[in-house]
Amino acid sequence: MAEPSLKASVPSAKAAVAEPAAVLSTEQLLPMYRMMFLIRRVEESLLELAESGKIGGAMHTAIGHEGAAVGMAAALRKDDYLTCTYRGHHHSLARGMDPKRAICEVLGKAPGFAKGKGGSMHFLDPSLGLMGANGIVGAQVPHAAGMALASKIRGEDRIAITFFGDGALYQGLMHETFNMAQKWKLPVIFYCENNRYSEMTPISRTSSVSDIYQFVRAYGMESVQIDGNDVEVVYDAISKAAERARAGEGPTFIEGVTYRLAGHMAGDLETYRTAEEIEMQRAYEPLTQLHQKLLDRGVSEEELNKIRAEVEEEVQEAVEYALEAPWPDIAEAYTDVYKV
Amino acid sequence: MRKTTFIQAVNEAMRDEMRRDESVFLIGEDIGHYGGLFRVTRNLMEEFGERRVIDTPISEQGFMGMAVGAAMVGLRPIVELMYMDFFLVCADQIFNQAAKMHYMTGGLLHVPMVIRGQQGGGKRYGSQHSSSVESTFAQFPGIKVVAPATPYDAKGLLISAIRDDNPVLFLEHKMLYFTRGDMPDAEEEYTVPIGKADIKREGKDLTIATFSYTLLQALEAAEELKAEHGIDIEVVDLRSITPLDMETVLTSVAKTGRLLAVHESQANAGIGAEIVARAYEEAPYLLKAPARRLGMAPASIPVSKPLEEELLPWKTNIKAAVLEMMR
Repeated sequence: MAEPSLKASVPSAKAAVAEPAAVLSTEQLLPMYRMMFLIRRVEESLLELAESGKIGGAMHTAIGHEGAAVGMAAALRKDDYLTCTYRGHHHSLARGMDPKRAICEVLGKAPGFAKGKGGSMHFLDPSLGLMGANGIVGAQVPHAAGMALASKIRGEDRIAITFFGDGALYQGLMHETFNMAQKWKLPVIFYCENNRYSEMTPISRTSSVSDIYQFVRAYGMESVQIDGNDVEVVYDAISKAAERARAGEGPTFIEGVTYRLAGHMAGDLETYRTAEEIEMQRAYEPLTQLHQKLLDRGVSEEELNKIRAEVEEEVQEAVEYALEAPWPDIAEAYTDVYKV
Repeated sequence: MRKTTFIQAVNEAMRDEMRRDESVFLIGEDIGHYGGLFRVTRNLMEEFGERRVIDTPISEQGFMGMAVGAAMVGLRPIVELMYMDFFLVCADQIFNQAAKMHYMTGGLLHVPMVIRGQQGGGKRYGSQHSSSVESTFAQFPGIKVVAPATPYDAKGLLISAIRDDNPVLFLEHKMLYFTRGDMPDAEEEYTVPIGKADIKREGKDLTIATFSYTLLQALEAAEELKAEHGIDIEVVDLRSITPLDMETVLTSVAKTGRLLAVHESQANAGIGAEIVARAYEEAPYLLKAPARRLGMAPASIPVSKPLEEELLPWKTNIKAAVLEMMR
């Protein structure tokens, strides 16, 4: 089996999606740039907090994955359902979660969206269609299919999207879900953020299939492989998949090839890859790509600097807010076991 | 008043709730066109169609997970597991997902679903189709567990389970399916509350706390012990394992002074051990003799009939335990 190339964002020339169409205007791209930078800075700030010992447990940042989340948020309706993996901060922020509440949740503070009970691995906000990140690899995928089934039973046109990593493809329930979703033509989008590593093990050592998007072809499912680092390409692919889903044409599998620039989790020793490999990927990562795209379209560096300065301030404020925020009331330890 | 089988009672509860509430749907293996391996979902596809009675491939993880997802957005799935032993195939979706969802989302999500199906020994299905699972489920907060023994309780409890906003495990027993019992007329609505035990036989010498099929075994044992030894047993039907109605149990023990907990799941670290422990913690002064529990012996369930009967905590074993306690 060929080693996936690390030189380009898309490892295979067989990508089923054509050249990225210039589908979004500069006016649409600027807020996406802002969001992408916000996600980046929130994640970097969380890593700093983790290094200083303020965050316990496992925390998985999405540095390098921002393209998928920001492209998705622009392509879908606010009421479309979303589930994702424990690497899920970026999806939530892109859909509009307040960074203050997000950071509070990771720190286990009372103003967190789940009162500090869920933490980094369980980001959600049902009012934004965010139906839960999940700590078990692949477990959120049938949930999204079930939400799509609910839409179908109710005769609604809300669709569902679920994000998972390449590592999830090797869980059995994924294939059970693909089969049923295709058989029942469920309005669901399966988005694989292929960052080339199942936690610490490169995909070349785990997979018998080199191009992940081909897995679901066996089920007769529409599938594409795209540059997941190009936000316009992501937007385009998810928009088309959403259109198909809403038209009753069933699920689509999207393999968005990307690269995780930070470790699998905070504290990852990263002995499985070289500094050169990471450095090489910096040229292709989503924020760099979008930055260059905007400059090419005539946006000034000055304007982008201004956006970044605003974001810096917002994130700094959110971190300070979260550090000062109170712990949950001790009585919360016993609530929410059952819905009463 | 009329009589129905246990199967019919379960079927009626699902039918009535599906008529009443559009958000209720069924999902599982062979439940639609075939009507269920044990015919419990018979005629429901004919009435409600393929949209609400969904035949699945043999993919327990997948369809259990999809039911959890549908419940997270407000539908009320009823999932049939053909044999309760198969919960192990999809355990993550039940325990890590459905049971923990409300808590780990700080109350933002809840999972109003019912998992139902039959369990237990007595029909020579062997090790992988005869387990009783209630004690395992009792280890997980966030999911309720009910196990009725009569058609009346089955219908009333299943309706309560469907209306409950939490995941509820509804345990049927394969030996109960063709038993018959009194039932109000079909038009008469009623429910049985989750978490409330029921005295099925009054007595003064010893309390047996049990549920599901071992309740019928305990009642038979009680009649024989009365006739043969003059021992007067009170039989408490717990009906719910989570939450557990210890108040009714202890009220009974206050009268009898003796407590025997009986169930078909493993005795070791089982729900009977929990009941006995709570009796000692909460009211040791009520006990005139050491409280005991009787569950499945530490073996898998064999196919051979005499071996299966040897291990199950049924009438013969219940009588022996009572006689030792009364000595």
